[in-house]
Amino acid sequence: MAEFIETKDVHLYYGEKEALKGINLSFPAKGINALIGPSGCGKSTYLRTLNRMNDLIPGVTMTGSIQINGKNIYSPKMDTVELRKKIGMVFQQPNPFPFSIYDNVTYGLRIAGVKDKQLLDKRVEQSLKQAAVWDEIKDDLHKSALSLSGGQQQRVCIARVLAVKPDVILLDEPTSALDPVSSGLIEDMLLTIRDEYTIIIVTHNLQQASRISDRTSFFLNGELIETGRTKDIFMRPQQQATDDYISGRFG
Amino acid sequence: MDPIKNKIQNSSRETRQDLLGKILSYSCILLIVLVVLSIFFFVASKGIATFTVDHGNFWTFLTGKTWNPIVNNAKGQPEIGALPMIVGSFGVTILAALFATPFAIGTALYMTELASKRGERLLQSVVELLVGIPSVVYGFIGLSVIVPFVRNHFGGSGYGILSGSFVLFVMILPTITSMTVDSLRSVPRFYKEASLALGATKWQTIYKVILRSATSGILTAIIFGMARAFGEALAVQMVIGNAAVMPKNLLSSASTLTSILTMGIGNTVMGTVGNNALWSLALVLLLMSLLFNILVRLIGRKGRM
Repeated sequence: MAEFIETKDVHLYYGEKEALKGINLSFPAKGINALIGPSGCGKSTYLRTLNRMNDLIPGVTMTGSIQINGKNIYSPKMDTVELRKKIGMVFQQPNPFPFSIYDNVTYGLRIAGVKDKQLLDKRVEQSLKQAAVWDEIKDDLHKSALSLSGGQQQRVCIARVLAVKPDVILLDEPTSALDPVSSGLIEDMLLTIRDEYTIIIVTHNLQQASRISDRTSFFLNGELIETGRTKDIFMRPQQQATDDYISGRFG
Repeated sequence: MDPIKNKIQNSSRETRQDLLGKILSYSCILLIVLVVLSIFFFVASKGIATFTVDHGNFWTFLTGKTWNPIVNNAKGQPEIGALPMIVGSFGVTILAALFATPFAIGTALYMTELASKRGERLLQSVVELLVGIPSVVYGFIGLSVIVPFVRNHFGGSGYGILSGSFVLFVMILPTITSMTVDSLRSVPRFYKEASLALGATKWQTIYKVILRSATSGILTAIIFGMARAFGEALAVQMVIGNAAVMPKNLLSSASTLTSILTMGIGNTVMGTVGNNALWSLALVLLLMSLLFNILVRLIGRKGRM
């Protein structure tokens, strides 16, 4: 039985530099998967291969295959627009559009052609509630999203992704620019939606990985060193490098 | 005297240099402010003299249709109806901006979003070249290409507001384009990423995010283009026909504030009614460029919020 996301022998080059050196990694459907490793180890680059965001960077070449739900997403027939509707992404820096909160959350639906006002209203409320930010901003939906605090902005960005109901949510260090309280809110929120979505989160925060993830993968210098259940990785790592990293001897 | 005491009580060489620099830059600023103020004062005093010394009627100036300052009308006031020139100036400016804006936005989008690095550099130098061409060359091309073209395809003599706006269209295109490019470039890259990551197409991203975030910058660009069109004298004068009468349509000979100014200023004597009336036109031009500047400021402030 194939896993939900399956990557085989993925190499990625920025020009001459090899950033990913043959990654074989798969994720089951639903649940939270953490990607950990020191800066520049390729975990964010790997994450961005899953919704083909690396296509936007000139000079990037990739080999290997990535299948999501049985479909090769790098096949020439693949429509990246459709792919990215199914695979949402939350970035490190909160990046709301300079529009109202309402327009931000409905953006994905509107570009998909949804015009029904009632449906849009319903999705806005649902997504903002799921993203644990509804109570704070429900009276200000038509204010600019830029007027919110960083933590609120990031949760609005998560709501913006949830509103289009993707299958997979990719999060690239979503809490590293936020204060601990906001980070905690986002972690709790991820735990409440873990049964509905396949979540892959890149994080520098080892405690965060151990608190919320079901499975953890450790990257180092463009290679996947170890992957497994989070409990096993943190309690009984098989590789010396993993042990060194999680016990803080480098990183 | 004690050398240490001497040293700390007198300013050092560096402090004196600092002071010198400050004095230099302040005197430069003072000079520029003085020049601007005296231009304003000069133009205003001459322009207002038409109404105070020569008893011109201000209302006639703004709404009158007869421009012949040397002759007095029935009431004994000089004929200084400037409406034909005001209409001409606004006509060519607005038409030129209407023609140029879609092309400028299209070119700017192509340069920032679609073109390869080489294509972008090529277009950039084309745009810069267009800025550098002297206006007399534009006027000459207008005279020998656009005027016959308009005459053959639209009728009339070929001289008129339409020809004027065609020439101005080419002249303000690079201004609007390069400023639009700047405002598109200043849209943060992560807006684009966020939009694409949500499954937007390139066109949806351009249309719904990039253009929307750059709106105030693009408006500023258009107003700068309009200011340039409003103030352009030579090229317009060569193709508009220079008849100080109300234009009947876009194809009949007309005139602008600038064209009447450049035509007339050499043929009048300082201090006469005819001369002062031209200064009144100059005052209108100056006030308009002030207005364009204020508009740009207002839009800039709104864009920052």
